[in-house]
Amino acid sequence: MITALLLFWPALAALLVLLIKGQGAKKVAFVAALVEFAIAIVATTGFDAASGATQFELNLPWVENAGIGFHIGMDGISLLMVLLTTFLVPLIILSAFKHDYKNPNAFYALILFMQTGLIGVFVALDAFLFYFFWEVALIPIYFIAAIWGGVNRIPVTFKFFVYTIFGSLFMLAAFVYLYFQTGATELAAHSSDVQAFYQLALSAESQSWIFWFLFIAFAIKMPVFPFHTWQPDTYTESPTQATMLLSGIMLKMGIYGVLRWLLPVVPMGVSQWDELVLILSIIGIVYGSVIAIRQHDLKRLIAYSSIAHVGLIAAGIFTLNEQGLQGGVIQMLSHGINVTGLFFIIEIIYRRTNTREITSLGGITQNAKALSIFFMILLLGSVALPLTNGFVGEFLLLLGVYNYNAWFGAVAGLTIILSSVYMLRMFQGVMFGTKSEHTEAFTDLTFNEKAVLIPLVIMVFWIGLFPNTFLSISEPAVGNLLNIINR
Amino acid sequence: MNQIPEIIRTVPLEYYLFFSTALFAIGVIGVLTRRNAIIIFMCVELMLNAVNVLLTALASYRGDATGQVFVFFIMAVAAAEVCVGLAIIVMIYRNIRSTDVQLLNRLKW
Amino acid sequence: MQEIVMPFNNQAMALLCLLIPLLPLIGFIVNGLGNRKLAKGMVSLIGCGTVLASFLISVYLFVDFTANGSRAYTVDFYNWISVGDMQIGFSFLIDQLTLLMMLMVTGIGFLIHLYSAGYMSHDENFGKFFAFINLFMFSMLLLVMGSNYVMMFVGWEGVGLCSYLLIGFWNKNTNYNNAAKKAFVMNRIGDLGFLLGIFLIFITFGSVSYPQVFAEAARYTGGIDSTVMIAITLLLFVGAMGKSAQIPLFTWLPDAMAGPTPVSALIHAATMVTAGIYMVLRSNVLYVLAPTTMEVIAIVGIATALLAATIGLAQNDIKKVLAYSTVSQLGYMFLALGVMAFDSSIFHVLTHAFFKALLFLGAGSVIHAMSNEQDIRYMGGLRKYLPITFLTFLIGTLAIAGIPPFAGFFSKDELLAHVWEHNKLMWGLGLLTSFMTSFYMFRLVFLTFFGTFRGTEAQKSHLHESPISMTLPLIVLAILSTIGGFLGIPAVFGENMHLLQNYLAPIYGYAQVANAAAVAPLHIEHSTEWMLMGISVAVAVVAIILAYVMYVSKKQVPAAEGTKLSPIHNLIYNKYYIDELYNAIIVRPIMWLSSIFHKVFDVVIVDGVVNGVGKFVVQSSRTLRFAQSGAIGFYILIMVVSIALILFLNFFIG
Repeated sequence: MITALLLFWPALAALLVLLIKGQGAKKVAFVAALVEFAIAIVATTGFDAASGATQFELNLPWVENAGIGFHIGMDGISLLMVLLTTFLVPLIILSAFKHDYKNPNAFYALILFMQTGLIGVFVALDAFLFYFFWEVALIPIYFIAAIWGGVNRIPVTFKFFVYTIFGSLFMLAAFVYLYFQTGATELAAHSSDVQAFYQLALSAESQSWIFWFLFIAFAIKMPVFPFHTWQPDTYTESPTQATMLLSGIMLKMGIYGVLRWLLPVVPMGVSQWDELVLILSIIGIVYGSVIAIRQHDLKRLIAYSSIAHVGLIAAGIFTLNEQGLQGGVIQMLSHGINVTGLFFIIEIIYRRTNTREITSLGGITQNAKALSIFFMILLLGSVALPLTNGFVGEFLLLLGVYNYNAWFGAVAGLTIILSSVYMLRMFQGVMFGTKSEHTEAFTDLTFNEKAVLIPLVIMVFWIGLFPNTFLSISEPAVGNLLNIINR
Repeated sequence: MNQIPEIIRTVPLEYYLFFSTALFAIGVIGVLTRRNAIIIFMCVELMLNAVNVLLTALASYRGDATGQVFVFFIMAVAAAEVCVGLAIIVMIYRNIRSTDVQLLNRLKW
Repeated sequence: MQEIVMPFNNQAMALLCLLIPLLPLIGFIVNGLGNRKLAKGMVSLIGCGTVLASFLISVYLFVDFTANGSRAYTVDFYNWISVGDMQIGFSFLIDQLTLLMMLMVTGIGFLIHLYSAGYMSHDENFGKFFAFINLFMFSMLLLVMGSNYVMMFVGWEGVGLCSYLLIGFWNKNTNYNNAAKKAFVMNRIGDLGFLLGIFLIFITFGSVSYPQVFAEAARYTGGIDSTVMIAITLLLFVGAMGKSAQIPLFTWLPDAMAGPTPVSALIHAATMVTAGIYMVLRSNVLYVLAPTTMEVIAIVGIATALLAATIGLAQNDIKKVLAYSTVSQLGYMFLALGVMAFDSSIFHVLTHAFFKALLFLGAGSVIHAMSNEQDIRYMGGLRKYLPITFLTFLIGTLAIAGIPPFAGFFSKDELLAHVWEHNKLMWGLGLLTSFMTSFYMFRLVFLTFFGTFRGTEAQKSHLHESPISMTLPLIVLAILSTIGGFLGIPAVFGENMHLLQNYLAPIYGYAQVANAAAVAPLHIEHSTEWMLMGISVAVAVVAIILAYVMYVSKKQVPAAEGTKLSPIHNLIYNKYYIDELYNAIIVRPIMWLSSIFHKVFDVVIVDGVVNGVGKFVVQSSRTLRFAQSGAIGFYILIMVVSIALILFLNFFIG
C-alpha cells in the first residue's frame, strides 16, 4: 500500500497545488514534497534490507483479460531510486523559492506531477505500466522546459521530446513483442508482468533484436554516446529546476530501465553486444570530458560532464559483475546529488550576475565564502575525491570495468584526470582570480540557498564515508539480478 | 414465389458476370471522366448496382440467401447515401452555382 | 616473518590511534568555519595544538609499541565499502614504518605549523591557511596509517587536494592558480596509475588490505618477474612518479613553489612528496618480486636526480633552486629503492625531511625579511642581518651537500654505497649529481648571505631577523639535521649501530620469504666503503670551493633577465623547455581535440545526423504534400489504379 501512496500522493498534491492562486503554491508544493519524502523514509524503515525480494507489492488487475496488471513494488534498487527522487524533489522546489515564475501553481503542480511519473517508473513491475509512467514523466518536463525555459526553448524542447518519444516507441515495440511471446508454450494467457518477461526463453537472435530496441530507448534517455546531442541544448535552455529534474533524476530512469528491463530480460542479447556498449560508453566518457574542457557556458560544461559520468555508469553496469552493478547504483545516487547541487550553484551565480560565461566571471570567492565551500565540496564529489560520494561509485565502477577488460578500465579511468581538468578550470575561472564587472557586488548565500545546499553536502559526505548504508540496501537486489542474468 | 432463384438460374452465370463487370466498368469510367457531380453520383450507384446484380446471381446459384440479404443492406445504405449525397450536391450548387467537381479543389496542400 | 596481530581489541588504544588523524581534522573544521571570526592567536593555538597533540600521541604509541615487543597490529574502525567479496575497512596498520612516518609527519608538521604562525601572521586568510594545513596533516596521516591500499589512496588524493588548495592559496593570482591546477592534474595522472595498480592487486590477490596482500604475495607462485607483478609494481610506481615528482611528471613541483613557503617546506619537501617512497617501501614484498620494475625505478630515479640537479645550477629564484634540489633528492631516494636499498631510502627520506624543511623555512625567513623578494640576484650579505637564519641555513646546506657529520652525509653515503654495489655507472652519475647539488646549494648560500646587499634601499631598511616562532623551528631542525645522521651509523664505525636498519628489519619479513636474495644485507668491504666515503666528501668539498671562488672571490652574480646566454646555459635556465614540450604535445592536442569533438563531431556529425532525420521528414512532407492536389478525379484515378494493382498482384503474383 505504501508504494501506492508514494506513487499517487504527488499527483494528488499536484491537483491541490493547481487550485492555489499566486506564489503560495510553492509553499504547499514544498510541504507536499516533504510529506512524500517522509513517506519514503517510513517505507525505508519498514524495508527488509536483507531480503532481495520485492517488497510493498501491490498487484491489481488493470486490463485483466489481456494479462496486464497494475503491479507495483520495490526491491533495493527501486527503493534507492525512490529515495533519491523524494529527497531531491523538495530541494528542487525549495531552490525555486526565490524565483517568481509566472503561473506558479502550474509550475509546481507539474513538478509534483512529474514526481509521480518518476516514482512510477521506479516501482512499476509490469511492462506496460512501466511504459505508461515512462511517458507520463516526459509530459510535465516538456511543458516546464517549453513554457519557462530560455530564448531558444521551443525548438530545443521539441527536439528533446521527439528524440525521447522516438526511443520510447522502440521500447514499446519490444514490449509488445515480448508480451506476445509470453504464455506461448502453454495455454496460459499472455502477461506483461516483469516476472513473466524474466521467464521468457527467447532465441539468441530475437534477444539480440530486442536488446537493440530496448537499448536505444534507454540509451537516449541516459544519454549514451552517440545518442546524447539533445542533452546539452536541453539542459542549457531549460529553467534550472527542469535541468535538475532531468539530470538529477530523469537520467536515472534510463539506467534503471537497463537494470530492470534490459539485462534480466535479454541476457543473451546482452552477452552478444556488451562489448560494443562498453566501447560506446567509454568513448562517451572521454568524448564528454574532452568537450567539457573547452566549454565556456557553465550549464553546458556540466551537461557534457554529465555525459561522461553517465558513460561510466553505463559501462560499469554492462560489465555484469557485482562491483560494476553496485558501483552503478551508488553512482546514480551520487551523480544525482552532485549534479543537482552544481546546477543549483550555477543558478545562484546566474541570479546574481546574469551570466553563465566563465570568461565574464571570476573572483567570487572573495565575496562569497560559503558559496565557495559548498561549490568546492560538490565539485570534489563530482571529481571523485575519496571520502566524498563520487569516489565510492567511481572506484567500484572502474574496478568493475577493469575486471571486465583492463584496457577498458585504463581508458575509462581517464575520467579521473579529465574531470579534474575541466572542473578545476571551471572553478578557477568562476571563483578565483580578480573580480569582473559582473562579480563586483556579489553577495553570499541566502538562508534559502543554504537550506538547499546543506542537505546535499551532508549526503555527499554520508555516501562518501558510509556507503554501506546504501550499498547494503541494493546488494541483495543486485545479487538477484545477477542470478537471473546468469541463469 | 420460391421460383425466383430458379428463374434467375435460367440465365447462365457467365452472362451475369459479364453484365455486372460491364456495368461496373461503365460506372468506374463514368466516375473518372465526368465532371458533373450528379452524373458521378449516378455512376457510383451504377457500380453499386453492378455489385448487387452479381451478389444476387451468385446467391441464387449457390443456394445461399446471405448474398441476397446483403443486397438489401446495400440498397438501404445506398438510399441513405443518396439522401445525404444529393443534399450536399444541392448545397454545393447553391454556393458555387455549378456542380462541376473540377471547381471543388480547395482541399489541398 | 612478521605476523600482524589482528584485530586489535583494545578500545582505548583504538581511540588514541583514531585521535591522531582526527585532531587535525577537528582543527581543520574549527579553523575553516571560524576563518576571520576567530582571533589569530586562537587559530594558531588550535592549528598548532592539534598537531602537537597528534605528535605526542604518536610518541606515546611508539613507546607503547616498542615496550610491547614491537608487534605490528591493525586497528579496525568500521567496514567502509563492502561489495560482494571485496571488503575495504576503515582501519589503520601500526607497525615500524607507520610509526616512523607518523613521527616524522607530525613532528616536522608541528614545527612548520609553529613557523607558519609567525610567517603567515599578516595574511588576511590566516584561519583558512591553518585549516588547509591541518587538513593536510589529516590526509597525510591517513596515507601513512591506512591498513589497505584504498585507505592509502584516500590519503594520497587528500594530500593532493591540500596541495592544490595551498599552492593556490593566494587565489587572486592567476599564475598561482594555474600552478595549483597543474599540480593537481599531474598528480591525478599518477593517481590513475595507482588506482589501476590497486585494481590489479585486488584481482590478483583478492584483497586490498596489506596483511592479506603481503601474505598472499609471500606465497606467490608465479615466480620472480612475472608479468602481473611487473604490471602491479609499475602501475603503483606511476602513482609514485606523480606524487614524488619523478620524470616525466615532475614539472609541477617547481611550479608548486607559488604556495606560501611553509607549504613548500611541509608538503613539497618534507612529507607529501615522499609518499611515493613510502608506498614502494610499504609494498616492498611486491617490488622484490619484480626486479625489472626495480631497474626501471633506479633508472628513472637517477635520471630525475641528474636532470633536476642540472636545472638547479642555473635558477635564480631561491625557492626554485630548493624545489629542483628536492626533485633531485627524491630521484636519489628512488635510485636507492631501485637498487633495493630500502633502508637507505627511508633514511634519506628522514634526513632530507630535516634538512630540506630547514632550508625551506630558512628561505622563508629570508623572503620574509626581504619583503617577499625571492630572486637571489637581489640579495647578498644577509649574514649580518639574519644571523640565526644564516647559521641554520648553512647547517642545512652542509647537510644536503653531504659533509660529515651532518645528517645528509650518512644517508647519502649509505645510499651511494649500495648503488656502487649495484651498478658503477649509476654510482658515477649519482656522484656527479652530488657534486652539482653541493655546488648549486653553496651558490645559493654565497649569493644570499655573502657579499654585499644588492636589493633596493627600501628592502634594506626592512631587513630584520624573524620572530621567535619562526627561528625556533629553524633551530630545532638545525639540531636534527646535525645529529639526525647518527640514526644510521654505517658498519665501518661499528657493527650493529645502524639503529634505523635494526628498527625497520621486521617490515621486510614477507619480502624475505618472497625473494630472500633481493633483501639480503649489503656486505661491502670496509676499505671500499672508506674509499667511497672519501670520494663523495672530496667531491662535495671541491664543489664548495668552486662555488666559493666563483661567487665570493670573483663576486659573480647571475646574469640579469634578458641577457644572452650560452646555448647550454640557456637550455638549463629554461628547464630544458620541458613545460613547453608538454604544452605542445599534450595540452594543445587535447584542446584541439576538444574543439574538433565539439564543433565538428558533436554539432556537425552526430547532431547533423539527428537533425538530418528531422529535416528529411520535414522536407519529404513538404514535397509529398503537392500530391494532395485537391482534384477529386485524380484521387479517384489513383484509387482505381491502386485497387487494380492490388487485385492484379493478388491474383497473378501472390
